[in-house]
Amino acid sequence: MSAPKATVIKPKHQRLVLLLIALVALIGAGLLAAWALRNQASYFYVPSEIIADRPEPARAVRLGGMVERGSLKTAADGVTVNFIVGDGKARVRVRFTGIVPSLFVEGSGVVAEGKLGADGTFVADNLLAKHDEKYVPREMKDMSAEQARQAVAATK
Amino acid sequence: MIAEFGLAALWLAAALAGLQLIAGALALTPRGQVLASVVRPVAIVQGLLAAMAFVALIVLFCQTDLSVKLVAMNSHSAKPLLYKFAGTWGNHEGSMLLWVTVMGLAGGFVALVERRLPEPTMLATLAGQAFVSLGFYAFLLLSSNPFERLPVPAAEGQGLNPLLQDPGLAFHPPTLYLGYVGLSVAFSFAIGALVTREVGPAFARAMRPWVLGAWIFLTLGITAGSYWAYYELGWGGWWFWDPVENASLMPWLAATALLHSVSVLAARNALRAWTVMLGVVAFSMSMVGTFLVRSGILTSVHAFAVDPERGTFILALLAINIGGALVLFALRASTVTEGERFAVTSRESALVVNNVMLTATLGIVLIGTLYPLLAEAMGAKVSVGPPYFNPMTAIFVLPMLLVMAVGPLLRWRGDSLARVRRPLVVPALLVVLIAAGLLTQASVGLLPLLGMALAAGLAVASLMPLRGRNLRRTPLPVWGMVVAHCGIAVALFGIACDSAFSTERLVAARIGEANQVGPWQIKLERIEPVAGPNWTALEGKLLASYNGAAPIELHPQARSFWTPPQQTSESALVTRWNGQLYVVLGEQADDGRWQLRLWWKPFVPMIWYGGVLIALGGLLALLGRVMSDLRRIMAREKIAFRRERQGR
Repeated sequence: MSAPKATVIKPKHQRLVLLLIALVALIGAGLLAAWALRNQASYFYVPSEIIADRPEPARAVRLGGMVERGSLKTAADGVTVNFIVGDGKARVRVRFTGIVPSLFVEGSGVVAEGKLGADGTFVADNLLAKHDEKYVPREMKDMSAEQARQAVAATK
Repeated sequence: MIAEFGLAALWLAAALAGLQLIAGALALTPRGQVLASVVRPVAIVQGLLAAMAFVALIVLFCQTDLSVKLVAMNSHSAKPLLYKFAGTWGNHEGSMLLWVTVMGLAGGFVALVERRLPEPTMLATLAGQAFVSLGFYAFLLLSSNPFERLPVPAAEGQGLNPLLQDPGLAFHPPTLYLGYVGLSVAFSFAIGALVTREVGPAFARAMRPWVLGAWIFLTLGITAGSYWAYYELGWGGWWFWDPVENASLMPWLAATALLHSVSVLAARNALRAWTVMLGVVAFSMSMVGTFLVRSGILTSVHAFAVDPERGTFILALLAINIGGALVLFALRASTVTEGERFAVTSRESALVVNNVMLTATLGIVLIGTLYPLLAEAMGAKVSVGPPYFNPMTAIFVLPMLLVMAVGPLLRWRGDSLARVRRPLVVPALLVVLIAAGLLTQASVGLLPLLGMALAAGLAVASLMPLRGRNLRRTPLPVWGMVVAHCGIAVALFGIACDSAFSTERLVAARIGEANQVGPWQIKLERIEPVAGPNWTALEGKLLASYNGAAPIELHPQARSFWTPPQQTSESALVTRWNGQLYVVLGEQADDGRWQLRLWWKPFVPMIWYGGVLIALGGLLALLGRVMSDLRRIMAREKIAFRRERQGR
């Protein structure tokens, strides 16, 4: 906008200015990231935790546990499933619309990504099930020994 | 025998890397100069030996030699030959061997053809390359030996993860690694220049083709990986912000910044320390990615085995390499003298904005990727996904796109915005018109709206540097820039259209029933069993008709592999000029209906066409640089030859 020659910065200052710009942008990015992560990170719950300490209804979280035997039901539309996830202490109803992962079966471990509705039903957008013996969702590895034993037994 | 041969070649390559490091370092001292002539040949032989070890492993996999532990664990005799071959790198040890092979060959290639660097800088560069290689050789030989024999040969192999049994496996990992590990050359160049304090335009011109080469492969590898995940996983998405994807994106962001800053250094001798820093950062990001993927601290198809010992080893390598480079940088940065000055409105300034924005985006992605690990160390389990990454990266990427439209039109040193106003009128009008047009459609979100408007504007603006030029005489690097920038616009348009206009339907269909998704009508004809070499499948036969046109047959499959026992879904795709139809076959419901997931994704293939265009732009620029180098070398030799004849 102004005459180009007039805006040439003194050499000593140029390096300083560039350094400052880079620092401000990077620190800005860092602060922005920290702020966004506080609001957007999705926390992991097991059923007893999610009942004791309910996340806000709009917040995306993950729920991990075992699919209770006999609880899995397909709704009339043919693509929505309802089931109960338990951790031995508490139980949560889960609803999922979509194609379930192939190793998703009753008595097996699951991690559901979604939101806890006001009526206490967890509405999942995505289900992660045990994939194969080499690819297990991280959270599933941290389940109790009894749950892990069940999970292994159920998928063999 | 082949396994022993491969192992011997690997040990020998490691020993030569040690020799290369010592000879290269000593040759820099006054007394050790006799060693200087050894370094280049050693680097070449080292690369060839690593390649021989890799070929040995490929042979073992193709023969399915079940006495080798790695083959028995990861292959199977009934696998098609393509997957036996590509399965070589579909496991931890094999992929690390690919890593050191690429690293060795890259170093050897530099030693063979690079003649522009001053000899001391060259020696320091090759010593640096050897130092980094040595760490990875140690990792491979001490904790991940790919050639380990079994005491008793296995009767049959355990098979390869079926998700990886796709032609994509033959293309995506080697391409990605060429880019990922090719950046080690930029790292070593930076180290070499810091050691000898030779940071300047000549150094930048020597480094530029290597950065370009790695960047082209990285771009292609990421594009291929994205398309592979898109059609193989059956989730309809093309980018999931999975830590492993981020691990490839971060080096790309750093390499893209480096590519631009190295141009400033080459043309204007400015941004000296910054360029060296980016050279260090780019390959550091490759190593951070490898740590994330190979240490088993994450779960993913890419994380083959969980072994804390390996994680610690890579972490130590990471600390030594990155820490060492940063210490060297801190010691030498003050001796890198101030670069040339430039005005606030100038090509340099636009490229500084590009660099700062790319680096900030890199920071956003890095923090989002590492945060779950940090949180877990403090006892909280979190995951970070699109709600964080999408808006956060957009904050920095969208302004960068604006500067991208203006920057290439500005002159070096200093310019005025008034001069470039005219060529930007059309793109600016286009942005405003499209944004206004889309605003009337309430359903389009803010980010897709901005994305589409900016993409259209940028596509036109990216062609403006050709305005008033004789197209035949326009240098190839300028064509490269235009094509790559246009590719960014094309990809962005695809991304924005996909998120704005995709329609998805999930139905349970009876045989003979038709369903509508977008302009498509899809009729389920029948489901029948089919068999492959190592799987059986249920295959649907569907007829898809676009707005009543003649139907196209689709065959999505639900495959069951038997070693290892696992199901995958093979989606069926129909690509039209204006989008893609995507069909996944699910399970059969109790009442006999079949689950179908149907997507109509307008303009989604443009994402990958854009990626290919970006890489093509890089290729044009590289060709231009290499050709002008060759011409210069030939001219110089001609002069030398003439002088010699006259001298006689």
